[in-house]
Amino acid sequence: MREAFIQSMCRLAAADSRILLLTGDLGYMVMEPFRRQFPDRFLNVGVAEQNMIGLATGLAEAGFLPYTYSIATFASLRPFEFIRNGPVLHNLPVRMVGMGAGFEYGHAGPTHYGTEDIATLRTLPNLTIVIPADPAQTVTAMEETSKLPGPVYYSLGKDDRAVLPGLAGRFELGRAQLIRAGGEIAIISMGSVSREAVAAADELAGRGVESTVAVVSNFNPDPNDDLVELLSNCSHAITVEAQAVSGGLGACMASIIATHGLSCRLRALAVRTSPDGTSGSQEDRWRKHGLDRASIVSSVLAMAGAACQ
Amino acid sequence: MSSLNDPDRDRFILSKGHAALALYAVLVLLGHIDEDDLNTFCGEDSIFGVHPEKSVPGVDFSTGSLGHGLSIAAGAALAALKQKSQRRVYCLISDAECNEGSVWEAAMFAAQHKLTNLHVIVDFNGQQALGLTRDVLDVSNLGERWASFGWRVSRADGHSIPGFIDALTASSTSAAPHVVIAKTVFGRGVSYMEQGRPITQAHLPVQPINWHYLPMSDQEYEIALGELEAAG
Repeated sequence: MREAFIQSMCRLAAADSRILLLTGDLGYMVMEPFRRQFPDRFLNVGVAEQNMIGLATGLAEAGFLPYTYSIATFASLRPFEFIRNGPVLHNLPVRMVGMGAGFEYGHAGPTHYGTEDIATLRTLPNLTIVIPADPAQTVTAMEETSKLPGPVYYSLGKDDRAVLPGLAGRFELGRAQLIRAGGEIAIISMGSVSREAVAAADELAGRGVESTVAVVSNFNPDPNDDLVELLSNCSHAITVEAQAVSGGLGACMASIIATHGLSCRLRALAVRTSPDGTSGSQEDRWRKHGLDRASIVSSVLAMAGAACQ
Repeated sequence: MSSLNDPDRDRFILSKGHAALALYAVLVLLGHIDEDDLNTFCGEDSIFGVHPEKSVPGVDFSTGSLGHGLSIAAGAALAALKQKSQRRVYCLISDAECNEGSVWEAAMFAAQHKLTNLHVIVDFNGQQALGLTRDVLDVSNLGERWASFGWRVSRADGHSIPGFIDALTASSTSAAPHVVIAKTVFGRGVSYMEQGRPITQAHLPVQPINWHYLPMSDQEYEIALGELEAAG
């Protein structure tokens, strides 16, 4: 989604002279088109993410529309308090981009995993959080959220090739996107790992098990109405996310189910364990944490078995 | 101070937000807030808390978490330069606030980008929350540290208002951002505060930090007021 991100940045900046792009010294082979086109509106602030958010706060108060860029965990967790006491407390239109959502920096190891950014930032009610599932949705989502008066955090994946079948770039703030309808089991996913959810649903259909698949791409506002409606027709739901189990999509779903007294049973596939000293590709990490298509299929079959008993 | 609605007004950021009460007094004198409203200070549902909120007219940025204000100030100064505005940005920090690494992130940035419209004032009182700065993290050579980060450094007596203003506003051809190290004395002008001596709670040990925390009793208030009025 890096290509989708920077092309969107160029398009938005051409139409809005308030836009600036700040980076914490990251974005090799990403930033170049913007830097070429808008040299005076591009700023490498150095390896200093707290200062980057503080700068963006001061710039936004003066009328600019600053986007900040770093690797997801450095973009969010390192300057978390600066985000909380800056753009969020002052409700300023700072756009924070966290690159390499989930396990995309797999081989770089646990210091580079973006597995708590969304769960942590969800605690800030007026911070809109956007988690595109593929490049086309990144473009739509960045466009749709560019004019929001308050702060936005984008959790973006690196991959520009992987397209989520059935999504077709759809994005609407406060809504979930339905990918396929059918069956009493719902698979609800978030981010790049959504493609594992769709692949699992395909495989299950081949085995005669139908499922409903939806993608959640934003929080604050959460897509409560869509999820309540969807879950009301399901006996079982399974959430899939490369994010900490406490605070992410699964936690959101659990809250909706309990709050609305739904009878749907939930199984949250998420990151439940601390790093164990290993690293590997994103796909390897998905397998390790039970987020890959085979793990999703087994979870659904176990649920379907339980549903039939 | 120009109109609060003027986008080209100077910005002041009280990064050492715990000094908000002094800021409120200034805002009363400037006519931005009503003196009577200050009676709600530390009351329930009041906009006048211990640390300043931007809901208070004249406060542009809510502060209170040390080490945050300077990076906002650097952003505000950069914005002014980009907008080709003459406005200046002032940021008041404390000496112990310089313990925060984020202060130096912002200091490096401001020097690199020649933010000559940025003026930082360091309240150099040598005291921090649990001891003297020289015993906790010694910052006695603070001016040299700022200079080594590429800043223009001035020094002033923080209690001599004309001298302090001279230091703050002296013209310069330097391309560096400006810091004034303002030497101050904790509890200045109130003898028992300068000595760190509680009167009502006489059982407490004598130490300068007492009056960072203690509320004044009626008796202590009267003594303080008497000394300040006598000094004019």
